[in-house]
Amino acid sequence: MEKKLLHFTLNGDPKTVAVKPGRTLVQVLREDLGMTGTKRCCNSGACSSCSVLVDGQVVNACSVLACQVENKEVSTVEGVAEGGTLHPLQESFLDEGGLQCGFCTPGMIMAAQELLSRNLEPTAEDVRHQIAGNLCRCTGYVKIVNSILTAAKRMREAQS
Amino acid sequence: MKPYSVLGKPIRRVDGVEKVTGAAKYTVDVQLPGMLEGRIFRSPHPHAKILNVDVTKARALPGVKAVITAADTLKKPYGNWRRYEHLLDEYPLAWDKVRFIGDEIAAVAAVDEDVAEEALTLIDVEYELLPAVFDPVEAMKDGAPAIHEGATVDHNVSETRHIEYGDVDEAFSRCDRVREDEFTLHPVAHAAMEPHASVATTGFSGRVTIWTSTQVPYYIQILLAGALGLEEGKVRVIRPHVGGAWGGKIEMFKDQYCAARLSQMAGRPVRLEYTREEEFATTRRRTPMKYYLKTGYMKDGRLVAKEARTILDGGAYNGMGPTALYLTGFFQAFPYSIPNYRYNGYHVYTNKSPSSSMRGFGGPQAEFTCDSQLDMIAEDLGMDPAELRLKNSMTPGYEIPGYCKVASCGIQECIERSMESTGWREKRGKMPHGKGIGMGCYGFMSGGVFNWINTPYAFSGAMIRMGVDGFVDVYVGSSEIGQGSDTVMAQIAAEELGVPMDMVRVTSGDTSICPPDLGAWGSRQTLMTGNAVKMAAQDLREQLFEVARGMMMPNIVYAFEAKDGRIFLKERPKRGVDLFEVVKVAVRGQEGQQLIGRGFYTPHGKGMVSPAFSFGAQVSQVEIDLETGKVHMDQVTTAHDCGQVINELGVEGQLEGAFVMGQGYTLAENLVTEEGQVLNPSFVDYKLMRAPDVPVKFESLLVETFEPEGPFGAKEAGEGLTNPNAGCIANAIYDAVGVRIKDMPITPEKILKALEEKKAKEKA
Repeated sequence: MEKKLLHFTLNGDPKTVAVKPGRTLVQVLREDLGMTGTKRCCNSGACSSCSVLVDGQVVNACSVLACQVENKEVSTVEGVAEGGTLHPLQESFLDEGGLQCGFCTPGMIMAAQELLSRNLEPTAEDVRHQIAGNLCRCTGYVKIVNSILTAAKRMREAQS
Repeated sequence: MKPYSVLGKPIRRVDGVEKVTGAAKYTVDVQLPGMLEGRIFRSPHPHAKILNVDVTKARALPGVKAVITAADTLKKPYGNWRRYEHLLDEYPLAWDKVRFIGDEIAAVAAVDEDVAEEALTLIDVEYELLPAVFDPVEAMKDGAPAIHEGATVDHNVSETRHIEYGDVDEAFSRCDRVREDEFTLHPVAHAAMEPHASVATTGFSGRVTIWTSTQVPYYIQILLAGALGLEEGKVRVIRPHVGGAWGGKIEMFKDQYCAARLSQMAGRPVRLEYTREEEFATTRRRTPMKYYLKTGYMKDGRLVAKEARTILDGGAYNGMGPTALYLTGFFQAFPYSIPNYRYNGYHVYTNKSPSSSMRGFGGPQAEFTCDSQLDMIAEDLGMDPAELRLKNSMTPGYEIPGYCKVASCGIQECIERSMESTGWREKRGKMPHGKGIGMGCYGFMSGGVFNWINTPYAFSGAMIRMGVDGFVDVYVGSSEIGQGSDTVMAQIAAEELGVPMDMVRVTSGDTSICPPDLGAWGSRQTLMTGNAVKMAAQDLREQLFEVARGMMMPNIVYAFEAKDGRIFLKERPKRGVDLFEVVKVAVRGQEGQQLIGRGFYTPHGKGMVSPAFSFGAQVSQVEIDLETGKVHMDQVTTAHDCGQVINELGVEGQLEGAFVMGQGYTLAENLVTEEGQVLNPSFVDYKLMRAPDVPVKFESLLVETFEPEGPFGAKEAGEGLTNPNAGCIANAIYDAVGVRIKDMPITPEKILKALEEKKAKEKA
């Protein structure tokens, strides 16, 4: 199949990549661009390990064709920390023990970031609902939920 | 408060920053120039003779760089059972027969995954189909198809285990009452988020380097070398970050062998990653069991005698099933004091994927049956089931002659504290219909004394190097697989050397750099590798003390201590020197030699199972939807005795994660097969717990004891916590609605059916 040129923004940087039409976003990110922070796990949209943001909306990168992000903004876990400073979400995951093996962590952080971008006062219920599609086999989710709530609190405090 | 600087505190994981930023590299992230994609050709039949394997068309496909079949292997059986060869029943690729749907026959390496997939369709295998058997009881009958022909296999029974102590028959004869029950336990998948994956490369020197997702780098080194016919030193295993394992990665698997062999044949790096479907359908699973349990007791609730019999559905190959066979029998008598006990277990081949080690290693099956039956006994006696447990639980110093000695044991305190914290006495049996509370208890090993792998090395080794700036490098062969072992090792080294955490770096899981270690299984690393690290740190510290003695020239009666970056006189703490000054003097004074400490640990004289045991009690509170049968988890409280807590965050994380894994095991997860075919090999059809399913409130009570065999008194906190979940939930369901399910998993459907039967019985 003929490769096509794909233009999009990745963590704020413009990208132009030649891709085969059938390639998924997770393949292009991981294999063509070497951005392996986004994980591929079930490859069928059932675990959300590959959650990324496309124009601010959380999506499973294994279930999106790369060509669908033409002219869109894609954010991955590699873009969450800014200028060498960890994001409050990342700090909270570390302080609260919100990760073990870490394989679901990038997807969790992206899902959480989307929630906090529209609701800085989430309840535990809101958080559980937001990450309902993100599977974790290690933590039992308890500390992940705490991490996200702590991050929200810290971000609220930083704003006021 | 104990005077520790970094132990027992909720310290951040040492690998955390890499993991939250996406910088952490897992095996699936390894990319090498010129790397090929590997794929495995698997049997579509549960049982068949292989008449012919033709790979000529696959080899001729453009883009295919190598194809291997059994003809390219040494046709030598391999496995962890190097000391017990009769249990070795698996070959790198099948050559005579296939024994389950998914059995590996050939593998290809091609320029990309599309070509590799296409090559698989061009492989022709001629089979002679054989009758298959899927149920272990059927497999044991006369005339059942023989899955393996071996001198030690009889009626498909690959291994039997017998445990006996006390005078069981005499004890039963004097019991006031005897209760008999049967239970059935189902298979579940490890379902690690990172699949099995390997990237292997063979240099022109013939040396093989493999990056692989494993719990046991040292096992992979020696087993891969054996299977390839190489010296151990020619194989280097690198374990990057591992995305979960839970016993599913403690053996050499076909991805490792095939990636390495294909890289030898192709002369290029080969990557082989399992698909999620392969993960579910062709790797290992938790052992399904049929359990018969008979317990004799007195009217006052004293347990006197117990007999257990199990039939294990082992699947097509032994895997680590024979250890699960032993441990389920051993832990059936835990954590209670039962002086007369007999166990007979049978490990039986069937034409399904092999069952093997999984978190708890036979323990969850044991404790579900034990705890379910204990509650039935309590009801029979009109006793509070928690009181029954208190009355019979082990105490420090408990000994099973010839099997084990329990030094530290906090089970009684665990039971009491979990009762107190949950208001047990006010709730149990007193809540409205549909709401219930239940308890389960457990004990588990802190590492096994088993040397099935037949290593000549110590079970754990450690090496610590200190630079002139005082920074510390710890080298261990233990395996960080998410459980936090690198953090634990860093804390132990920091505490012993008296330096802050951020001056310690742990390098683990590279067989060319790190000392051999048996790896992450049986909850062994905190105790065993931890002891080796502590010893290495002590060795290094003593070297520094010698130098400090020369610098300070104190009265010889004084002892030294290292803390907070200083070396000082223990009895006169104000007299001391900066640790880093001592390091500089030590290096210069020894012609610039590196400062290196060495340590090792192997259990000696510790019986048949483990040098130490953890204990705990768990209480769950449930609410059952009487319309749908769905079990809603309100609250779970776990009181765990892991000796000295090394990292509070780590222990809590293990408790919570283990419970939710056990909740899935109890209520939802089930690897369903029909005629040997797995019917639900995806996250859509195989139900892992999701965030909205887990208990709304989770309470961890850390009960500290001091374990004399453990580093700083520490013992396990990884697996034992998986053992009580099923019994604890089953007992809460009974308290809520009065139905007892003995056939796992406890699905809403089974609860509704039992409720209907109960209603019909009450009417009659």
